Amino acid sequence: MRTNRLKFAANVTRPLLALAAAFALTSLALLSTGVSPLEAYRLVLFGAFSTPVRLSDMIMLAAPLLLCAVGLSITFAGGLYNLGVEGQMIAGAIAAMVPLRLWPDWPPILLWVLAGLSGAAGGALWALLIGALRRYAGVSEIFAGLGMNFLASGLTFYMVLGPWRRQTSASLSGTDLLPRELWLPTLDRLRLAPAAPVIALIALAVVWWALTKTRWGLEVRAVGLNPAAAARLGVAADRRMAETLAACGALAGIAGMLQVVAVHHALISNISSGIGLLGLLVALLARADPRWLLPIAVAFASFTVGSIQLPLTLGIDSAIAGVLQGALVLFALVSRARRS
Amino acid sequence: MEQLWIDLAAVLAAASPLVIAAMGETLSERAGVINLSLDGTMLLAAMTGFAVALTTGNLALGFAAAALVGAAVAAVLGLFSLTLGQSQTAVGFVLALLCTDLSSFLGAPFARVPGPAVPFTPIPVLADLPVLGTLFFRHDPVIYASFLIVPATAYLLYGTRLGLIVRALGERPAAAYARGVDVTRWRYAMLVAGGALVGIAGAAFSLDLKQGWSYRHTFGSGWIVLAIVIFGGWRPWRVALGCYLFAALEIVATRSQSALPNIPTQIVQVAPFVLMIFVLALVNLASSPAAMRRVATLPQIWQRPLLSAINRLRATAPAALGQPFERP
Repeated sequence: MRTNRLKFAANVTRPLLALAAAFALTSLALLSTGVSPLEAYRLVLFGAFSTPVRLSDMIMLAAPLLLCAVGLSITFAGGLYNLGVEGQMIAGAIAAMVPLRLWPDWPPILLWVLAGLSGAAGGALWALLIGALRRYAGVSEIFAGLGMNFLASGLTFYMVLGPWRRQTSASLSGTDLLPRELWLPTLDRLRLAPAAPVIALIALAVVWWALTKTRWGLEVRAVGLNPAAAARLGVAADRRMAETLAACGALAGIAGMLQVVAVHHALISNISSGIGLLGLLVALLARADPRWLLPIAVAFASFTVGSIQLPLTLGIDSAIAGVLQGALVLFALVSRARRS
Repeated sequence: MEQLWIDLAAVLAAASPLVIAAMGETLSERAGVINLSLDGTMLLAAMTGFAVALTTGNLALGFAAAALVGAAVAAVLGLFSLTLGQSQTAVGFVLALLCTDLSSFLGAPFARVPGPAVPFTPIPVLADLPVLGTLFFRHDPVIYASFLIVPATAYLLYGTRLGLIVRALGERPAAAYARGVDVTRWRYAMLVAGGALVGIAGAAFSLDLKQGWSYRHTFGSGWIVLAIVIFGGWRPWRVALGCYLFAALEIVATRSQSALPNIPTQIVQVAPFVLMIFVLALVNLASSPAAMRRVATLPQIWQRPLLSAINRLRATAPAALGQPFERP
């Protein structure tokens, strides 16, 4: 009884302490600029919900973010730090552009499906290259992933300034916009394409099921906990590692595809916009329990969208959203510490 | 010929922040702790160093502040991983992103403001030596420091009792513990000292090599330093060589750009990063067991030089790198 009550107290107070510490750090940063933290928090925390336009922008950020975080929860379960998720998103975006540019007059529905498949394949391929570098060349997935990220952004610059450059003049701002009928349909006068959040939620449900309810998920988690022991028990550890990477890459690739057909309607040089790395933060924070993926992705997306107004209204940099997100994850990690 | 020496001197100068940061990271990794926050730490320290030097008008204070920031971030990493038992990779990664955003947020008022810079200080007499003068003695104090820090780190690791302890912390912490070494305390010490060097490297960017402050000022160099430390096999001289190679690649890339105007700048800029990772992969492939078996099938005359080359290339990580230490 007594220990249960203590445990409960620890379960409630520790996350609250982490929350308080994260806000304390962020407030210090805000105070140093001389603005009122309350005013800044009002925008960062609630700004995304103030108008329908901002709310739809938030959902359009939360969808790819959730896709990446869901994918990363697979690689985390398998014990891998897939820092290459950013590059996988970019590779997915580039691959998704291929059918759209090759056959722009095909029926849009067919093209969206093709773009999704092609984006998923591109992301998966990019991730498998990391797996190959790790398995055959002994490069840790962290550095292989970073290298592939640099390679992917180099490839984007090349495509945007080379083969897919604008007809008027090559520009870093991106390719020509896709024909309007290829844009994923949006709600009236908003930038919200309902397909994007629906795809992300389906991915969340499927991955949650696969990880917790199937033998495959059990094997992946076994490999993540102890690859050598899992191999002894007859799990094909290398194969599971490749599959987790490919699955994460495919989901990140779909996120990249959404950036192209639903958000930017073109390939731009910064197509991934750091969403993959933010997804890593979301996945780290939700690591203990996948049910947290959705609320955390929504919260983080709303911080980012809310902070966009900061430079105009308060004259401070919007990077404070990143400070708050990073601080939350950092202190959450500590609140789970084994020893205290 | 004179141009070649000038170019080489430019490579030595361009590598100076990388060398300083890489020595810091080598120290902490040899003691068994990965400081993955390097890129963010360098940015935050670069911003702080520049801001302090600008507002106080004192360069030394700028460098001191940068070192302090680097040491503080490393201490936070130590607290969360060494004391509280969290994964070094996870904490380091989160710190990298957090510090990057902190540098963007706090540094916004200092972006693209002209500020102080380390003055060019050729060393009298030595600067006039042919070749050597151009290469080594016509720089500024930060670059001289980057020359000295490599032999200093190598001496510390291989020539002193402290170095023996540090290497034991990374290879066999349990053995060090059995000999009466407080593993956690010494790991903290090396992590914080290494972090201070990383901080100084940040200031070497903002106050010397790439004077001033701007959004994400160091362009991902921190990540490449982490790769170079692995490429260098955690051995100071080889790590330094990796830094110079990388700087040379960067300079060749910018030069080739004027020769090949069709290739966009952005591609040329990412090329050295990508090359570095693939060189790392090739080195590892060459020393893999499969490659060794291939070598064994070659004629005798080829085997020996190939094997010795491979042995030289082979890099093994400190055995306890990234592992938590539990007192037995």
